[in-house]
Amino acid sequence: MADEKKIRVLVAKPGLDGHDRGAKVVARALRDYGMEVIYTGIRQTPEMIAQSALQEDVDVVGLSILSGAHLELFPLIIEQLRKRKMDRVLVIAGGIIPEEDHPALTRIGIKGIFGPGTSTKDIAEFIRKAVGQNKAA
Amino acid sequence: MDISKNKREWQEKTLKASLKRSPEREERFLTNSGLEVDALYTPDDLQGFDYVHKLSFPGEYPFTRGVQPTMYRGRVWTMRQYAGFASAEESNKRYHYLLEQGQTGLSVAFDLPTQIGYDSDHAKAQGEVGKVGVPISSLEDMEALFKGIPFDKVSTSMTINSTAPILLAMYIAVGKKQGVDPAKLDGTIQNDLLKEYIARGTYIFPPRPSMRLITDIFSYCTEKLPRWNTISISGYHIREAGSTAPQEVAFTLANGIAYVQAAIDIGLDVDKFAGRLSFFFAGHNNLFEEVAKFRAARRLWAKIMNERFKAKDPRSMMLRFHTQTCGHTLTAQQPDNNIIRTAMQALAAVLGGTQSLHTNSRDEAYATPSAEAVTIALRTQQLLAYENGVGDCVDPLGGSYYVEHLTDVVQAEAEKYIEKIDQLGGALAAIEHGFQQREIQESSYRSQKDIENGKRTVVGVNKFVSPYPPITGLLKVDPVEAEKQKQRVIALKAKRDKKKVTQALNNLKEVASGKGNTMPAFIECVESYATLGEICDVLRGVFGEQQEFLVF
Repeated sequence: MADEKKIRVLVAKPGLDGHDRGAKVVARALRDYGMEVIYTGIRQTPEMIAQSALQEDVDVVGLSILSGAHLELFPLIIEQLRKRKMDRVLVIAGGIIPEEDHPALTRIGIKGIFGPGTSTKDIAEFIRKAVGQNKAA
Repeated sequence: MDISKNKREWQEKTLKASLKRSPEREERFLTNSGLEVDALYTPDDLQGFDYVHKLSFPGEYPFTRGVQPTMYRGRVWTMRQYAGFASAEESNKRYHYLLEQGQTGLSVAFDLPTQIGYDSDHAKAQGEVGKVGVPISSLEDMEALFKGIPFDKVSTSMTINSTAPILLAMYIAVGKKQGVDPAKLDGTIQNDLLKEYIARGTYIFPPRPSMRLITDIFSYCTEKLPRWNTISISGYHIREAGSTAPQEVAFTLANGIAYVQAAIDIGLDVDKFAGRLSFFFAGHNNLFEEVAKFRAARRLWAKIMNERFKAKDPRSMMLRFHTQTCGHTLTAQQPDNNIIRTAMQALAAVLGGTQSLHTNSRDEAYATPSAEAVTIALRTQQLLAYENGVGDCVDPLGGSYYVEHLTDVVQAEAEKYIEKIDQLGGALAAIEHGFQQREIQESSYRSQKDIENGKRTVVGVNKFVSPYPPITGLLKVDPVEAEKQKQRVIALKAKRDKKKVTQALNNLKEVASGKGNTMPAFIECVESYATLGEICDVLRGVFGEQQEFLVF
């Protein structure tokens, strides 16, 4: 299906931490798996991320954070996406996020959380499946 | 005896037959950094090896074998666990605990707002206060952080870069209150901005003013804090971002060259400041490659200081370094394995002659470490120091055909990179081109692919996978602490002498706009209880802010 529209992904780094190794590896891998990837760079505010997601008309927002501020910042990002009527965008996350925090993040609509040791292939497959379902719905 | 001939005979007669019966596990054996490893090394591989020229003796040029004549026979390395979280009070408790457990130096982790110049009550600090380190917005916080810790007895390393002059000023001010003469203060500030642009990301200002703040510290400390390590030129974050070992050495020493040149350019005598430069490297998995890396870095830096900068004092040529084990090698899967990984990486650092060491905790793929996990990490160092005898002989792997060969290879690879960086116009120009960033990204991506296609084994992740019990007892920073900290800053701003604050900030603005040394102005600011955020706002106004040198 060569003419199928490519999945568009925004890889974003909220918060103040500069650990961008994981974000860059995932971004590049998703590109290699045939997706259109936009990487924001570090120190993005919730507004900046939601605005980029809107402007770039993405299907997926991937958040990478290693500072421990996920419980505070992720809800603000979801809120900013809602404000821009981007409720249908698939939001996933990665970084240093303890399992005990997963339920709280799932509740606000983070659909997948990928910790250290995740293969990029698993992330790509998850996105393909979830975006496919999103479009079918 | 002709070793080459004998080796060929061995290959023909003995090795070939053996390989026929049972071939080797791999087609090629590679180090972590992709350096080829032969089955065997002999004196043949070290042809023309001049002992005195290449190794010499510990404490003597080119310091391959170590910077001190007796190394750990005199005193074991400084055990320095990087710590800080929640609040100044909580972190102070952790420091006292670590010192009681036999830790020999402090290492302060600051939270991100403190590192990037925002007070705890700033909008951009939301969610980040007290998370990756301790929040320090004013001298008041710094006083609480070091309560009951005597600066004339304990040395302190502070991982702080853009805001290093401010935190150093606070340290000096707390020392004064303790009655400790600045000349007696012993410690280190990281103060290495070039690697922030390459890998770590906590820059505030553009490179030029950043270099000026750094050299201001060099010249101020030369006069007033002769025992202070004015910079910790860091390869750690470069490696953590994904570089190879030779890249770690090359990019770090290239940054070192840029700092030395900048200091010389403002008229400092190289032998007056170079002895206070220190370094910081990573301890990775491949034991022999890591040992070779530390030895190569020492030899190469000595050569650079001698030949390029014509230093005369041997102290100017000594590469003294701190090591931290590699955080990115820790796995969330089967987390107890991390204790073993860390122990091996720490062993590499000790065999490589480190001056101080931080060992990571088993739970760091999940969170900032708990006290229990940190204790195991500290005990790991104590085992190495007091049970295993690894520190009883200086540079014990020196003379190993393999390690000497690897040392030569790492040095040669690093020198090629430094040459390339020189051609690009030096470390800063290369960063502006995105050269180091791109090289690191290539290496990190290759490493990830190798893990995913099974070429590189990570036990518990892509091999020997088994269920493991969920990790418990993780450190949780109570959000109440952040709120308390925020209120404390607000209360401080209301109660201090506003006139004094304004005066000090105005003076800083004037000095920063001119050419004078900024350190005295920073000290005046912090002593007036001007906050870190206010001080940085003044500097942002004068210097501007740096955007990311984004390479993707």
